[in-house]
Amino acid sequence: MAGGPKGRILLPGFGMTLGVTVFYVCVMILIPFAVLVLKTASLNLHGFYETVTAPRVMAALRLSLLTALMAACINVVFGVPAAWVLSRYSFPGKRLLDAVVDLPFALPTAVAGIALTSMFGPAGGPGAILERFGVRVAFTPVGIVVALAFIGLPFVVRTLQPVIESLDRRVEEAAATLGASPAQVFFRVILPPLVPAVLSGFSLAFARGVGEYGSVVFISGNMPMRTEIAPVVIMTKLQQFDYAGAAAVAVVLLIVSLVVMSLVRLIELRAGFWRTGVR
Amino acid sequence: MAGSHRSGTRAGRWLLIGVTVLFFAVFLFAPLVVVFSSALQKGFGYCLAALADPETVAAVRLTLLTTCIAVPVNTLFGLCAGWAIAKYEFPGKSLLKTVIALPFSVSPVIAGLMFVLVYGSGGWIGPWLEAHHIRVIFAVPGIILTTLFVTLPLAAHELIAVLEAQGREEEEAAWTLGATGRQIFCKITLPKIKWGLFYGVILSTARTMGEFGAVSVVSGHIRGLTNTLPLHIEVLYNQYDTVAAFSAATLLALIALATLAAKAALERRTERRRDRPAPAQATSGREEWTWA
Repeated sequence: MAGGPKGRILLPGFGMTLGVTVFYVCVMILIPFAVLVLKTASLNLHGFYETVTAPRVMAALRLSLLTALMAACINVVFGVPAAWVLSRYSFPGKRLLDAVVDLPFALPTAVAGIALTSMFGPAGGPGAILERFGVRVAFTPVGIVVALAFIGLPFVVRTLQPVIESLDRRVEEAAATLGASPAQVFFRVILPPLVPAVLSGFSLAFARGVGEYGSVVFISGNMPMRTEIAPVVIMTKLQQFDYAGAAAVAVVLLIVSLVVMSLVRLIELRAGFWRTGVR
Repeated sequence: MAGSHRSGTRAGRWLLIGVTVLFFAVFLFAPLVVVFSSALQKGFGYCLAALADPETVAAVRLTLLTTCIAVPVNTLFGLCAGWAIAKYEFPGKSLLKTVIALPFSVSPVIAGLMFVLVYGSGGWIGPWLEAHHIRVIFAVPGIILTTLFVTLPLAAHELIAVLEAQGREEEEAAWTLGATGRQIFCKITLPKIKWGLFYGVILSTARTMGEFGAVSVVSGHIRGLTNTLPLHIEVLYNQYDTVAAFSAATLLALIALATLAAKAALERRTERRRDRPAPAQATSGREEWTWA
């Protein structure tokens, strides 16, 4: 039974808690996953290829990946300064800003979706202003990027904040007294330790964006070939009772997010080694 | 930053603060303002009348029912998983942790699809369920099951982290002194993890009430019967009943705001504890929130 070093006192309840855990994980996670994979396998390789490379599916996958990529870039551009401001400076209203960073996590995606659609629609304030400059947001890929940028922001900020807080300011001061310019301090001293966290925040935001549904469906308009994202294609296939086709697209999306998440783990592991190596 | 460039960095500092405040105002505060102002654009009375609509009330009731089942079940699971993972060594432990975190990286639509494939007609055990006249998909049990899947890692992640940070020395001391398992859990473990537990419950509650994509796949959208509050908001919005949609959305937005407030309060509490030299309470770090 429970292993561990010899002479370890074993607390009661191991069998019961592990049993419940394994049973629940099997019923709730492993069996559904296995069934999804089996359903995909019911299409043979040729059928899988045909389904996934159908023009409408390809267009949706491309759109999902590209918009998620752009949104993750926006999140880095605005999230890095935000994380810096929130962990280094003090100013009135900082606590409020810090608390509201998590709003995209806490606000149900459907609520975010209709709010963003009203805002950026032709009748909304920012939407009308942008329209005057010839930028349509609602019901275009731009709208999808806006929704995904909203959803992804906390990933970058919350991954970076603890890392910025753990930076030793004395190193920056030492660099400055030794004659480094502010730019040199930023690029040579501050930035390098932040890179892993930026990458992992970026990847988390991207992975979330690829599968996001609720906040996007309202603002995207869901026009096939143009503003239809991959999760919507899965939804459509389900409504047409094309279960195997839906499963095939789902497997592609799952592979993308699993690869990205493994990348995040790898970055975190490497960063851990790097940090302990320095100390 | 650099002392000799103080005036320059000062301008840079206010520029950065300005950019952040502006970005937050447009992206985070404005959507909130839109929710409340759209709900109240025809007056407070109209908003309340929209909330009193029988279908909206039914949606609220279903959402509450789902929450009352899903949150306790997942919290209990989190406690079991946390106890097994934190208090013992066994092979496959990190694999188990990875599997528990899996629902984080699954698109909500795919989560719904998986449950349709298992329980739906033509699914894995669908025919058996049909033969026994049990409806899961397009009915309330399916909504509860998918919600359980989507919110499974939230409480578990938090509880595993808190229990692991706590170690097992005190529990082992109590065990050797003759305490029973129940006494150990109630008198030693529970008081130590109560804030982490509270935090996990808050996170799962917010997420459970707001789940949309996964539930949308399995619900069947039968109005008044299988529409949760987020699904009902979609229905109202799509039939151009904007005020009613936003009125229903204010309920969820208020819950989200309460969640943020509770989270901030809990974090301040644990921060204050960390500042004291006393034995550190395991902090519910903000990293734990990475996926919602």
